[in-house]
Amino acid sequence: MAVVPFLVLFPFCVSFVMFLTRNSKARAALAYVCSAVIVGAALTLLVQWIMGGCTTITCYADTELVDHVILGAELLLMVFVTVLCFKYRKYWISLLSIIPTMLIAYFELYGPEVEECDHIYIDHLSILMVLIIAVIGTLIIIYAVGYMHGYHKHHADLEDRRYYFFSLLFLFLGAMFGFVLSEDLLWIDFFWELTSIISFLLIGYTKEEQAIHNSFRALWMNLFGGTALAIGIVYFGYNAGTVSLHALVEAGVAGKVVATIPVALIAFAALTKAAQMPFSTWLIGAMVAPTPSSALLHSATMVKAGIYVLLRLSPAMAETTTGTMIAFIGGFTFLITSFMAIAQSDAKKVLAFSTISNLGLMVACAGVGTPETIWAAVFLMLFHAISKSLLFQDVGATENCLHSRDVEDMHGLLFILPRLAIFMFIGIAGMFLAPFGMLISKWSALKASVDERNIMLVFFICFGSATTSFYWTKWMGKIISASHLKEKTFRDVTKPNETFSLTIHAVLMVLLCMLFPMLSEVYVNPLITSMFGEAQNVLPQGVLYTLVAVIVVVFAVPVLSYAYSKRMRKTFVLSYMNGINTGDNRKFTDSFGDEKTLWLSNFYFHKVIGQRKLMIPSQIFALAFLVIMLSMILGGVSL
Amino acid sequence: MANITRSPWLLHYDGSSCNGCDIEVLACLTPVYDAERLGVMNTGDPMQADILLVTGGINSQNQDTVKQLYDQMPRPKVVVAVGVCACTGGVFKDCYNILGGADTTIPVDVYVPGCAARPQAIMDGIIKAVGIFQQRSNEYKAQVKEKKKAAKKGAQN
Amino acid sequence: MSKWILVICYILLAPFIGGLLEGIDRKISAKMQRRVGPPLLQPFYDVIKLFNKETINVATAQTFLILTYFILMVLTGVMFWAGSDMLMCFFILSTAATFLYFAAVVTSSPYSSIGAQRELIQMMAYEPAVLLTCVGFYLAAGSFNVGDIAQTSVSYLVYLPGCFVAFVFILTIKMRKSPFDTSTSHHMHQELVKGLTTEMGSKNLALFQVTEWYENVFLLGVIGLFVVNTNPISILAAVLVILAVYFLEILIDNSSARMKWQDMLKITWILTFFSAGVNLVVLMIMK
Repeated sequence: MAVVPFLVLFPFCVSFVMFLTRNSKARAALAYVCSAVIVGAALTLLVQWIMGGCTTITCYADTELVDHVILGAELLLMVFVTVLCFKYRKYWISLLSIIPTMLIAYFELYGPEVEECDHIYIDHLSILMVLIIAVIGTLIIIYAVGYMHGYHKHHADLEDRRYYFFSLLFLFLGAMFGFVLSEDLLWIDFFWELTSIISFLLIGYTKEEQAIHNSFRALWMNLFGGTALAIGIVYFGYNAGTVSLHALVEAGVAGKVVATIPVALIAFAALTKAAQMPFSTWLIGAMVAPTPSSALLHSATMVKAGIYVLLRLSPAMAETTTGTMIAFIGGFTFLITSFMAIAQSDAKKVLAFSTISNLGLMVACAGVGTPETIWAAVFLMLFHAISKSLLFQDVGATENCLHSRDVEDMHGLLFILPRLAIFMFIGIAGMFLAPFGMLISKWSALKASVDERNIMLVFFICFGSATTSFYWTKWMGKIISASHLKEKTFRDVTKPNETFSLTIHAVLMVLLCMLFPMLSEVYVNPLITSMFGEAQNVLPQGVLYTLVAVIVVVFAVPVLSYAYSKRMRKTFVLSYMNGINTGDNRKFTDSFGDEKTLWLSNFYFHKVIGQRKLMIPSQIFALAFLVIMLSMILGGVSL
Repeated sequence: MANITRSPWLLHYDGSSCNGCDIEVLACLTPVYDAERLGVMNTGDPMQADILLVTGGINSQNQDTVKQLYDQMPRPKVVVAVGVCACTGGVFKDCYNILGGADTTIPVDVYVPGCAARPQAIMDGIIKAVGIFQQRSNEYKAQVKEKKKAAKKGAQN
Repeated sequence: MSKWILVICYILLAPFIGGLLEGIDRKISAKMQRRVGPPLLQPFYDVIKLFNKETINVATAQTFLILTYFILMVLTGVMFWAGSDMLMCFFILSTAATFLYFAAVVTSSPYSSIGAQRELIQMMAYEPAVLLTCVGFYLAAGSFNVGDIAQTSVSYLVYLPGCFVAFVFILTIKMRKSPFDTSTSHHMHQELVKGLTTEMGSKNLALFQVTEWYENVFLLGVIGLFVVNTNPISILAAVLVILAVYFLEILIDNSSARMKWQDMLKITWILTFFSAGVNLVVLMIMK
């Protein structure tokens, strides 16, 4: 399994080279080649694993030297964060880095001798994560080559630090690979902190005041979660004498008291990473970062790290207080952030809220922790990763053309930038429209929560899916409306590499919808079996095939009816504006006899359900809930 | 094939008038006269209307509006001028801004006199218009058929 | 075999039943207002007339979107009467509704855009009730399959009175009846002209009308599902309940004034939460 260390170390090396490459052409070439290598390595891992019979593989038991290197790197990170905190006078945040690092260091150097375990763990779930990170991650990097060029052209006032940007992106890929492949909790902790800090640096990329402010908010929230993680790990290490993730899960499944607190703390840490209430604000703030980093970190992969951890822990959480806590927080976040998404008109913010909302659903599924809900969560994760990445990239490319990312300015995008509009359409359709993947996953989540008699979650899903479709439909309608603008005001400046990434995403999206039942049978059911020892199709295979038939119909119907209606003889008339249009549908005569331009806008209700109105009360509510639940868990153990 | 005349939908436009005829038109739709028993609906939307009822005269400001509303109606369509103002301009006839009756702008098929026109007269006008509507509809169908034939011939050639 | 007969009956008869029901609606409404009213077959006259008029469009895509709306709606009904998954039916229904929304906004016309936005709010208002009703059936029958649900010895009305109330309530929204007809304003002279349908004329409007009939028959079928059981007499009872519910809707339509959408959303959600929600909680404890 030499490919595993390669997968982790190669991006690190590339990152270093990237940092030194100041020529943009050379950098682009390097990015393409290295992306290809990374995808190749991930595929090699997949093939090797399939050749090995798709079983769970563990390896690298004795890694004394690497452990020390990682400890050293962790200390280095701590120093780095502390220096930055002092530079920007956010002194207290440095404590959140120093405390957990010191705790881990103390535990490793002076703590009890822990049982040796294998450090790398490869199974269905980690392979799935590796593939998502490798394919989507590298596509986003390819996209970023073109995007960042346009970005700096458009923001001429900003310092061009692309070398730094790309270096961070590759570093991040390495960290993520390490994270999902590690079995040793200490390694997991290191990669966790590393991704938090990369996210922090990327949010602050522009060095504008707003960006720095938001980046520190993201930093403290993530480090706070990291602290909980470190405490959980050290607690488990002291009491159980091992730091293996699977030992923890097994202890949890067996109902041992020693696992209760670590599981609760690690799950709590996962909540911060997945930006659940009350920690959602950091992800909203993170939208100031350039779009590729939003797509890669804050939607497609890094926030999924939280979900990944919860999925790992889910057998241990099922039917415990921790599970109830996680499921409730997830469901609550799903509902409340989908409300707030309605009130947003900034496209990236809509995407951010919807990301949090969908993550909430996944978190809730993991919290319930039955094979059915995990099945739903895995599919949600997969579909969400692809369609959100597609949407983020598309919004970024649109912003480069329109110089705005307001949904209102996308009125008639289909006529202004047809290509980008179609990609956006596919992405949004993937997010909510029947019968695409997301919706099917939502459906199975609903069914599973009914089967579990979890009435809370049933309510959250029923009401949440109503609000979710509201903001997506609204947006889709905006794209296809007849344009306000008369002639081609904007030019499509999308680069070929951006289009390449977008096209592959769209194709993947459609393919996944078509191959959905097969994927369930071949991959996801074994995944569930490997976690729970039994697999259960939430939706019977027959239903899944019917679904594919329906998908084909839903695709075919518009095409056929388009072909039919095109042949129809029709007369075009002006739209109805009480008979006062002047010449076309864009202008009318006002009461003074002057010509006025028509401007249509969607409903937002930001005064009723806006972020300002809902965010703080729901944060307080979620925080109070978390505090109560955590103290119940701690109290339950000490009694 | 059901009779097309059973469902005349109205669009009502009130031009430069005293609003007397306007009120009488609405009176036709009240339970007392109940125009709906003839299948009449007051749509308020030109795209869905068959018969345009114009009350009041045409002035230089509403001329374009009336024309636009008429153009937005799908064929076959009929216009009824209700009240003397809509027929000729009425008492406003020689005002500086009045162009005259509805027929100065759009082709009018039925003239309903009166100041204000009585609901009975308006109903009678609508029934007359329905007759013309049937006739127009036949003409329109023949036209469409001819066009189709021509198109087919064109395709063959 | 019998389910295919049902499906064919649905495809062929639904427009007639829907049209006839609308005719009855207009007749009864007229009687309630003490007037004669149009003939019973008036809706058919209207639709045939509309089909015979010149096709007018404001935007190119209008017809194709309405046609998609129509086909998806028929598909919904077919899936329902074929006894397939109920939740899937409603998901396809919401996709169909999305296409109606597109057909309205694609014109960029002020009236139809506002109507469409209100239609979206209506969708948001009724969706939880619809989903919770499906969940209720699932809890009571152990399956989402309409075919399995219909095979019961006791009518579901016994288990699901709360869901029934919620569903009848949202039926007022779905049928575009008066307190909640914010999006199309089918009564004349309202602030939105014809709302969502403002830019639809002739064939487009006719297609929309026929689609509504299909939809109404499907929705009334769901009402029937609350009543039917294995006893054949229950079918008669179902028809009676359907007619009673339909009469109730007409009564509500004629005796209530238009409501603001804010109130609609609030009332619908609160009612759904307490009526269907409490029903489900009780059912979960029972089963």
